[in-house]
Amino acid sequence: MAIDLTVNGTPQRVEADPDTPLLYVLRDDLGLNGAKFGCGLGQCGACTVMVDGRAVLSCVTPVLLMQGRAVTTVEGLGTAEAPGPMQRAFIEEQAAQCGYCIPGMMMRAQALLQERPDADDAAIRRALEFNLCRCGTHMRILRAIRRAADTMRHAETAAPNGRAG
Amino acid sequence: MSDHSPLPLTRRGLLAAGGALVVTVSLARPLPAQTGDGGGARPPKPAPGSLAQTPRLDAWVRIGADGAITVFTGKAELGQGIRTALLQVAAEELRVPPAAITLVTADTARTPNEGYTAGSQSMQNSGTAIRAAAAQARALLAQEAARRLGAPADALGFADKRVTAPDGRTLGYGELAASLDLTVEVPADAPLTAPDRLSVMGQPLPRVDIPAKMTGGAAYVQDLRPEGMLHARVVRPPSPAARLTALDGAAVEAMPGVVAVLRDGDFLAVVADKEYRAVKAMRALASAARWEEPATLPGDTPIPDLLRSLEREVGTVDAKGDAGPIADGPRSLRARFTRPYQLHGSIGPSCAVAVMGEDGLTVWSHTQGVYPDRKAIAEMLRLPLDRVRVIHTEGSGCYGHNGADDAAADAALIASKLPGRPVRVQWMREQEHAGEPYGPAMMIEAAASLDGNGRIDRWTFDVWSNTHTTRPGGAGALLAARHLAEPFPAEAAAMQITPAGNGDRNAIPLYAIPNTRILWHFLPDMPLRVSALRSLGAYANVFALESMMDDLALLAGADPVEFRLRHLEDPRARRVVELAAERFGWTGAAPAPGFGHGFAFARYKNHAAYLALAVELSVDRGSGRVRMTRATAAIDSGEIVNPDGIRNQTEGGIIQAMSWTLFERAVYDDTRVTSVDWASYPILRFASVPDRIDVHIVERPGDPFLGTGEAAQGPTAAAIGNAIRSATGLRLRDLPFTPDRVREPTASG
Repeated sequence: MAIDLTVNGTPQRVEADPDTPLLYVLRDDLGLNGAKFGCGLGQCGACTVMVDGRAVLSCVTPVLLMQGRAVTTVEGLGTAEAPGPMQRAFIEEQAAQCGYCIPGMMMRAQALLQERPDADDAAIRRALEFNLCRCGTHMRILRAIRRAADTMRHAETAAPNGRAG
Repeated sequence: MSDHSPLPLTRRGLLAAGGALVVTVSLARPLPAQTGDGGGARPPKPAPGSLAQTPRLDAWVRIGADGAITVFTGKAELGQGIRTALLQVAAEELRVPPAAITLVTADTARTPNEGYTAGSQSMQNSGTAIRAAAAQARALLAQEAARRLGAPADALGFADKRVTAPDGRTLGYGELAASLDLTVEVPADAPLTAPDRLSVMGQPLPRVDIPAKMTGGAAYVQDLRPEGMLHARVVRPPSPAARLTALDGAAVEAMPGVVAVLRDGDFLAVVADKEYRAVKAMRALASAARWEEPATLPGDTPIPDLLRSLEREVGTVDAKGDAGPIADGPRSLRARFTRPYQLHGSIGPSCAVAVMGEDGLTVWSHTQGVYPDRKAIAEMLRLPLDRVRVIHTEGSGCYGHNGADDAAADAALIASKLPGRPVRVQWMREQEHAGEPYGPAMMIEAAASLDGNGRIDRWTFDVWSNTHTTRPGGAGALLAARHLAEPFPAEAAAMQITPAGNGDRNAIPLYAIPNTRILWHFLPDMPLRVSALRSLGAYANVFALESMMDDLALLAGADPVEFRLRHLEDPRARRVVELAAERFGWTGAAPAPGFGHGFAFARYKNHAAYLALAVELSVDRGSGRVRMTRATAAIDSGEIVNPDGIRNQTEGGIIQAMSWTLFERAVYDDTRVTSVDWASYPILRFASVPDRIDVHIVERPGDPFLGTGEAAQGPTAAAIGNAIRSATGLRLRDLPFTPDRVREPTASG
């Protein structure tokens, strides 16, 4: 069936079996690498994207439910040439080893900070409970999110940006 | 990131690559293991890294007539940052910015054969070779420039890929290289840059692979989408010894999008046009299969009973003086330690892409060893070696021998049955959990006694373990090959005692003890498939050894740090112990109630990086919850190439080992593995992450590289155990330290 949704600000019509998880549509039909297959069970967070501003596990979300919704993947936060505040913070903190879990971490953190720009360390850790990292990059991930929160708060007072749907 | 983007999959690309294949073959000398001079043994004097096997300069460094510089390594980026560190080494010696170099990593058609990217040896092997080759290339460029410009070589300047004479006349690297012969051997005394002149090495160059990974660039084998690619899934036997008795695949073949249902013996796979259709077909095929499942797993047999029952051979790892037997008494200790089977647990399950073209098979894999994997795959498919090319493409972090090679074999086997169509195999989570080879269960029985001066005089250490290496090898190392109608059997395991160690890695104490006896009780049979997990036996052996050191310090009435220093003669070992203690603020004073301090030290493999670690943690005896609050490490891994890389690896090693130590144990019944997801095999989550981890690096300019990635695992387990004892008086000797083992026993028992 055909489903109309917005991905990273661009309207898309995708043809897919309605039970197909959003993850496969993003990766295979739209060619977006950011969301990762980790478990297919909603246990690890590697597939986390934002749907209408909220963090969602795309590996267990059927594309059928995406009709008319706005999906944001890590590609929607910026590019390697012009990274967004969250990406810039992760690059500046060198917050990756293999990096496979990181886009999911960034999307979870982006959703949290858009909802609660003043989220403290405890709130960040609570939000990230959904997301697993195996390389042990946790200290840097926490530092990067705190850095991104600072940047986004300052940007918010100057001119509202750094937001993603 | 064009320098390491996956190659476009076109026939032209394949043909071009095929043509290059002969080059590396002719460049290489046989590996030591192939010439029978003892693969694991260290050479008598420091070898110039992998130049020992591949001495030719142009195997490592090539300079085109247009000045383009290409550097080749047989090592693979596994998330450890090796790509960046090797670029730094090459850039330093070639006097160019790292961005001016294209680095080609492990690819059987293009790079030297450097075996496996394992054992924290990439900097020693490849880093050392590339550095010498790059330095020699620069010397040759200078020599040629001196000749053509009529200026002394030592008066020349290097900038912007040009060599400049004092009078300002310059020649580009390309025009110089065009008249040079770079097919020469790199001499052992290539003119390396002096430690005080280094400007790229020693700097925290940001990782070159990170920006693409942060922004959705094509960074992983999972991201390859060659034209016409099909999606495949395998259906694995549900237990290690299961045999297929009946299969009706007709209904599966009729499912939407299904291109093929494949069966070869007990190997089953589905191929579909779209990924989720392959997943659904896989589930349907699994339901349609009937298996006979012999009970071959240990069930609830305790680890010590299991390991004793599997013992077939005892080897002496080391013996000196008169160590035993050590009688029980007021000045002696005896204890038994265990470690369960543990998973690599990559966040991304294994994946591979393969295509059978007219000129042969190409496999993109996150294997740690493209050459050994090629050999095993060629054997499985009965293809000549030169008809198989394996290209390393990054996957999720592996931490040793996970499912990478097996997924590569799956893709190769399926692609071989669908010539011309690229096939992508993605393992499911339960397939990675239940199908990857585990870090082996181990047991250690240790005993020691003190002399009248509070020094250890006798020490015995008995290790029970499988081998920790079942990598390819032959085709029998590959799951798919074992399941074929004409199967390749797994190679019989053999005990090999080498200086680097295996199950016995770090079983020999670095401490000065006059009488020691170290034995490896070898278990050839492996009811659960096992192989290399980061640090091999060192994790459990250092845990046991350093737990014993702590209890011996207590027995001697000594501070644990002072007690270790009392037995350490190597000044570099003493330095990391003193540095970690000082930066942690180790005073010997009692920690706050509910808190504990623990210390541990090891020199990885007894000949690589030195690492000392102090941790602080809190213990809630009511709930049994342990939370590490801070850790301070000191590491000496020889000359520093990228200090932030060393920090990142060390922080990661500490956190990963903390997860193993507090949470991780594979579970199984007598037939099936039951650790099949993150609920049945929990690992550390953010609530358990420490408040801070500090890593202090000892500078060793001009010293050989010692490697970093596996220095922290053993000390972390021991430091946590020692801190729990400091907090509670409870000595835990069975890993992991789960709440049921930490909790205060209740009155009812």
